[in-house]
Amino acid sequence: MNIPADLKYTKKHEWARVEGDLVYVGITEYAQNSLGDIVFVELPSVGDIITSGEAFGVVESVKAASDIYSSLSGIVKEVNNELIDHPERINQNPYDSWMMAIEPSKASELEVLLDASAYEKLCLEEA
Amino acid sequence: MNQKLIFEISRAGRKGYSLPNCDVPVESIEDMIPNEYLRETELDLPEISEGDMVRHFTALSRCNYGVDTGFYPLGSCTMKYNPKINEDVSRMDGFTGVHPALPDSAVQGCLELLYKMDLMLAEITGMERVSLQPAAGAHGELAGLMIMKAYHENCGNEQRKTIIVPDSAHGTNPASAAMVGYEVIEVKTDSRGNVNLSELRELMSDQVAGMMLTNPSTLGLFEENICEIADIVHDSGGLIYYDGANLNAIMGVTRPGDMGFDIVHLNLHKTFSTPHGGGGPGSGPVGVTKDLVPFLPTPVIQYKEGQYIRDYNRPFSIGQIKSFYGNFAVIIKAYAYIMTMGAKGLHGVSQTAVLNANYLLNKLKKDYQHPYDRACMHEFVLSGQLQKNKGVSTLDMAKRMIDYGFHPPTIYFPMIIKEAMMFEPTETESRETLDAAAEVLIRIAREVEENPELIKEAPHHTSVGRLDEVQAVREPVLRWRP
Repeated sequence: MNIPADLKYTKKHEWARVEGDLVYVGITEYAQNSLGDIVFVELPSVGDIITSGEAFGVVESVKAASDIYSSLSGIVKEVNNELIDHPERINQNPYDSWMMAIEPSKASELEVLLDASAYEKLCLEEA
Repeated sequence: MNQKLIFEISRAGRKGYSLPNCDVPVESIEDMIPNEYLRETELDLPEISEGDMVRHFTALSRCNYGVDTGFYPLGSCTMKYNPKINEDVSRMDGFTGVHPALPDSAVQGCLELLYKMDLMLAEITGMERVSLQPAAGAHGELAGLMIMKAYHENCGNEQRKTIIVPDSAHGTNPASAAMVGYEVIEVKTDSRGNVNLSELRELMSDQVAGMMLTNPSTLGLFEENICEIADIVHDSGGLIYYDGANLNAIMGVTRPGDMGFDIVHLNLHKTFSTPHGGGGPGSGPVGVTKDLVPFLPTPVIQYKEGQYIRDYNRPFSIGQIKSFYGNFAVIIKAYAYIMTMGAKGLHGVSQTAVLNANYLLNKLKKDYQHPYDRACMHEFVLSGQLQKNKGVSTLDMAKRMIDYGFHPPTIYFPMIIKEAMMFEPTETESRETLDAAAEVLIRIAREVEENPELIKEAPHHTSVGRLDEVQAVREPVLRWRP
């Protein structure tokens, strides 16, 4: 399974990439694979205030609709609105298909994210 | 598929009717209806002979599948046989010849039926009174939660704004809670398939309005700690709501009221044998304990001084939630069913439903993964994970079942089971049908080993092959001509 070493991960199968002050967030290969073909995406708006543990969006496949949870608190700075018209890109390239860029307000929340090897272990346990 | 649309068969001037000459003075339409309401183009109706029309619709009807054609083990839906006597009774002149706007004195028979149905459902569920108004299950849930909210507000507890829902719940539960403005908190299922009690205790507070629970759960398992769960919810001032989707497992054996539930909704189109697919329509009565009766929707049918009346004078009521009094003809069909079965018969329904499910489960659990090693109630959930590991998904196997002439089970639900397949055979299937279904499912498990491509391309023997569900959602074509 594809789990890039340079990303951070959450227990709910999201990835996070730190770029300067911003953190780009999407869902992992494992997540898109278990959801199946994604047909609909709901994303937050720029300026939304997100609290860690809360849902910031929805992905819907033919099988099910799932909330996407944020592990970080902060302000939404950018949103990848291209995914609204092309949700299939999440299936094709989950690690290029970032959903939002958040400016985190609590640095401590970044430290508890999983690294690639810890996340891989988690996926193996769930499989 | 060779089946053409009726518009494609249409030929100009090929009419299937001839009307007699008009024997009243002809008025022009322009004189009767203001111009802005008149259409400017001809109505595009198909023109087709009577014989071609009969062939067209007969051909379509033969593409259909229902409980009258074959085994339909769609879990959580209780696709039992719909007795035809229900249809006869609901079509009796006394029922079809009345209008709901007639005064009470002119519809005493209809009101008597509604009143008696209310009391019979109250007896079956252990509630005090039942409103028959909600149009179907989710509407019953909404009405039940509106009652819960009205109760808390009347007690001065407006701060109670959250609802606890298990992770195995029907999707309608959190949706209904959100509709009345409640926030939803999920409680997890433990390793035996019960609600995780310690987690539930931690979630309870004076902010919680109540809990929604299906028992038996969507896993087909009876909640072993149900009385303790009701106590935990009640001890912190909440109410507990019974999702009646699975009532077919317990009739005459136990009752939601005896387990401690405060509000119950039922699905007459599941448990009480009224037609279900193809739009039903449904009927989702909501029942409550004595303390909550004042909040029931208006009107409540009462019997006073020898007369049945529709009582609208109920100051605490959540109000009317459906025009007139619900889906009346459906209520008649369910009434006919209860009167046909009687109390002993309904008890037998649930016993046989549970027996049939366990019979089928035991035939299948060697070939498919069985996540919770317990006896099931009226339905059970298997996982297709063993087959998925070999490259064949639950969806593929469901499609393959169609090739063998059976309707597939519910798939990918409940969401806490991977590659879920949920079977509910119901009490109206014979042992021979269950044996035949088991044989097919065991054969499919063998095909996964021997010829997986055959399953991945199924169905092969239907009027259309595998439909591209993803493209249908992403790029729906909703009109014949753009």
